[in-house]
Amino acid sequence: MNAQHPLTISQLRRAFAEGKTTPEAVARAACERAHALQPTLNAFITIADDATLAARLTELAGASQASGPLAGIPIAHKDLFCTTEFPTTAASKMLDGYRSPFDATVVARLKAAGAVTIGKTNLDEFAMGSANAHSHFGPCRNPWATDRIPGGSSGGSAAAVAAGIVPAATGTDTGGSVRQPAAHCGVTGLKPTYGLVSRWGMIAYASSFDQAGIFARTAEDCALLLQAIAGFDPLDSTSAAVDVPDYAAALAALATERPLSGWRIGVAQAFLAADGLQPAVRDAVLAAARCYEQLGATLVDVDLPRAELAIPAYYVLAPAEASSNLARYDGVRYGYRTAHDDDLFAMYSRTRAEGFGWEVKRRILMGTYVLSAGYYDAYYRKAQQVRRLISDDYCNAFAVCDLILAPVTPTTAWRIGEKSDPVEEYLADVFTIGANLAGLPAIAHPCGFDGAGLPIGAQLIAPHFGEAKLLAAVHAYQNATDWHRAVPPVAAW
Amino acid sequence: MAFTTEAIHRLAALARLALTDAEAEQMAHELDGVFALLDRLQAAPTDGVEPLAHPLELTQRLRDDAVTEPDRRDALMALAPLAENGLYLVPKVIES
Amino acid sequence: MHSKRYEAVIGLEIHTQLTTRSKIFSGAATAFGAEPNRQVSWVDAALPGTLPVLNREAVACAIRFGLAVHGTIAPCSVFARKNYFYPDLPKGYQISQYERPVVSGGALTIRVGDGANAYQKTVHLTRAHLEEDAGKSLHEDFHGMSGIDLNRAGTPLLEIVSEPELHSAAEAVAYAKALHALVRWIGICDGNLQEGSFRVDANVSVRPRGATTLGTRREIKNLNSFRFLHQAIEYEIAWQIDQLESGRAIEQATVLFDPTKGETRVMRTKEEAHDYRYFPDPDLLPLVIPAEWIARERAALPELPQALAERFEASYGLSAHDAALIVSDKALADFFVATVEAAGVALAKPCANWLLVEVLGRLNKEERTIESAPVTPHQLAALVARVSDGTLSSTGGKQLLAAWWAGDTRSADELIDALALRQVNDTALLEQLVTEAIAANPKSVAEYRAGKEKALNAIVGAVMKASKGKANPQQVTELIRRALAS
Repeated sequence: MNAQHPLTISQLRRAFAEGKTTPEAVARAACERAHALQPTLNAFITIADDATLAARLTELAGASQASGPLAGIPIAHKDLFCTTEFPTTAASKMLDGYRSPFDATVVARLKAAGAVTIGKTNLDEFAMGSANAHSHFGPCRNPWATDRIPGGSSGGSAAAVAAGIVPAATGTDTGGSVRQPAAHCGVTGLKPTYGLVSRWGMIAYASSFDQAGIFARTAEDCALLLQAIAGFDPLDSTSAAVDVPDYAAALAALATERPLSGWRIGVAQAFLAADGLQPAVRDAVLAAARCYEQLGATLVDVDLPRAELAIPAYYVLAPAEASSNLARYDGVRYGYRTAHDDDLFAMYSRTRAEGFGWEVKRRILMGTYVLSAGYYDAYYRKAQQVRRLISDDYCNAFAVCDLILAPVTPTTAWRIGEKSDPVEEYLADVFTIGANLAGLPAIAHPCGFDGAGLPIGAQLIAPHFGEAKLLAAVHAYQNATDWHRAVPPVAAW
Repeated sequence: MAFTTEAIHRLAALARLALTDAEAEQMAHELDGVFALLDRLQAAPTDGVEPLAHPLELTQRLRDDAVTEPDRRDALMALAPLAENGLYLVPKVIES
Repeated sequence: MHSKRYEAVIGLEIHTQLTTRSKIFSGAATAFGAEPNRQVSWVDAALPGTLPVLNREAVACAIRFGLAVHGTIAPCSVFARKNYFYPDLPKGYQISQYERPVVSGGALTIRVGDGANAYQKTVHLTRAHLEEDAGKSLHEDFHGMSGIDLNRAGTPLLEIVSEPELHSAAEAVAYAKALHALVRWIGICDGNLQEGSFRVDANVSVRPRGATTLGTRREIKNLNSFRFLHQAIEYEIAWQIDQLESGRAIEQATVLFDPTKGETRVMRTKEEAHDYRYFPDPDLLPLVIPAEWIARERAALPELPQALAERFEASYGLSAHDAALIVSDKALADFFVATVEAAGVALAKPCANWLLVEVLGRLNKEERTIESAPVTPHQLAALVARVSDGTLSSTGGKQLLAAWWAGDTRSADELIDALALRQVNDTALLEQLVTEAIAANPKSVAEYRAGKEKALNAIVGAVMKASKGKANPQQVTELIRRALAS
């Protein structure tokens, strides 16, 4: 393809329908681009080889999937989703070369909708990180400035969409891992309500927070993707048995004039007054607020009084769950196993010491500590109580507004290696973690650039199962603005 | 709070992570910083607050009692680092 | 022995494997005896990305148990993770219940001892909770390594915990047997001890008689027979008393019983005890059991052994011992009830005697269970009826039973004729046989007349032999007495 600008899913569908291109041509071009940009971005852990791609295209041609809503759309999966076509590594030496015998539900549903997977993207090991700097396969780089982090943990997916390799990619969001890299890479990223999308086949980090999400160039594309992956799954006990609305219809129902008329958007003043919030980020988010106002929405102040407790609560609970979720990596049934296996204890301890990276080890030890005898009440139980208080705060806020507007990140993307203190990196999650604690859906969308030309994102948060409103609001915003159309230099070809 | 390297080694043994002394020292230093952040929780008034374990507070769904899984032994053994005759092999288990 | 000065305090934790077709959190089969790792799903092997989904039938089993012991069934209970590393534990944690078990409280009435010394006792239960079983480590030598079979991993267990209210090995065994009978009775566990379907851990401590606080306990793990349970507790009590008498303190520990040596040995001490880091399993939501479900299970529950035994005593006039024996096994009780139904309530007592002595005696000798008995309740009822109406002597009855046992399918009356088992009640014929026997046994006659009552037996025996066992022995005895008195 010789397009000057990466196409969206909607544009690709039109191009297929008009016979201007074919799924095969698009998929091959995507793989070529992925390979070409790999030395620059390191966005992928695995890129589809010719045989895999050919097999998938053949399968697609002969199946009902050929007429699916995403027929022939090339996508990439965060390498945390289990796939039978590709290895699944979680960016860990522990699972280097591991091949899952089953597909994640998200993967299976996107396949059934006709999507063509062109590779598995880089991430922070086991999704633990906010920079995609902690990967066994090396850091991923930001397409807007390759000396900077793309955000994490789903950095590879965000970078792949931003760089125009694929129009869409999957991610997972446990504490902001979709929204934060979406903001840093200037793409649209949706984290659905906890329980809307199945966790089957999504390698667990923190089970009561983990939620599959998506990256695309527009809210409209996100709606198509969400439609494909959302809905009850009997394989996941925490999957919600709710009716999935027609997201595209919600977008289409918006009025052309003042489409958000009657909507109340809450602005959390405490967030905008937070220490460490870069002025450029604050200004861009406030500008987005004014734009929403111009689209008809009413801005109201909301109070999230316990917001400052979100980070400590999350960094107790998520590592606790992780310490248990990662106990299965023991060298017995799959994955890495040490050569030093003289006795059982040594085999376990060396396997895990050699197979896990430092950030994972730190979180395992944090989690082990807060669950251990004598500390459970002071940390784990306390954090669960605070989780309820924070959840209640959001609930109260939604009594006076339909959506909450907030920054995604305190700063634009930092330089690789700039944050060496773990606490600094943890603090970068300050605006995203609340939605994970409360299980709320949230979306990040581009809303400007800082002085260095780095993208800035704005975040909208909705009540449980309010995805249609989130997508509609951002769709209205994107109809009125051009921030989401900006592409980094590497994406222009 | 200050983590000693001994405490880190005990914790690491519980989590089955071999650490060198230098690593334990580094970890102790980092966890001191992290727990200074986490200890902000302690000031939060939470008397009488019911802990929240799941964001949606739904209830457990139940499966019918039916055998739906076939024999997967060959596929499982192919994934194993060390297996023989359909068994996973591990260093001798001492305790019964 | 200083047992008079000490009191043992014992509580049992019993793991019962529930009789579901599939595992508690996956759709893999639970059948015993499959080749290693052939009943292991992706979930059971804890592959990355797998998640548990709870089996409804496992919960139903727990509800039935709670009802059977009159415990409280929690309207909302919670699954928790018990974290520890072991090669037969694929996830590195066991899904169990901790703070909020599915059943709490309840009690079981047990009968301890035999004969005049027998007594009843009510044992209270602390709780019963659902959890998953682990796999197995095989210790045969694989180049100096152990083999791991995960077939058993994920099999549903109900762990039943008693209060520390048992005070002897005999009480502990009686409780374990009563619980064993109950879980089989309500159909939630096959009770197969050899296959590990019913595994007992015993917490044992001793204290000076009269003391109100508990001594330090040691836990004996994994006892898989009632005999070992008895031996292990006896040994442990004696050992602990000996320690205290020698001025040594008991250290809290987990121990294993070695049946070949008849001793317990320490597996780990309190210092080495695991820190299990229990927390609510985030992959599973709270288990809510609505009242309607409990009501449905209650309606489907069979009459319980305790109630049935009381009915056998009150309505059938059985002894407490016989009643307890019959309700110790559901199949045996079902057999008995069917027999009485066919024979009539008036014959309930002889039915119980024939069942417990003759039928059970033969079965025990052949190490078979009542399910495989070669006689039916209807046959046994016919036999009892014919003995009680005088058609058969008890010897004749035994011969009839033997015929059925050997596979004869003819009816009682057909066999009585075919085998000429009919008891001879014809006085003239018997008088002739008596006269012949007296003539043939002058020595016994002389002894009897000299006052040796027992000498009569030889003459009765001769008549019985001559009648091929068909004479009525009471009648024969009477005729001989009369003949020798004249």
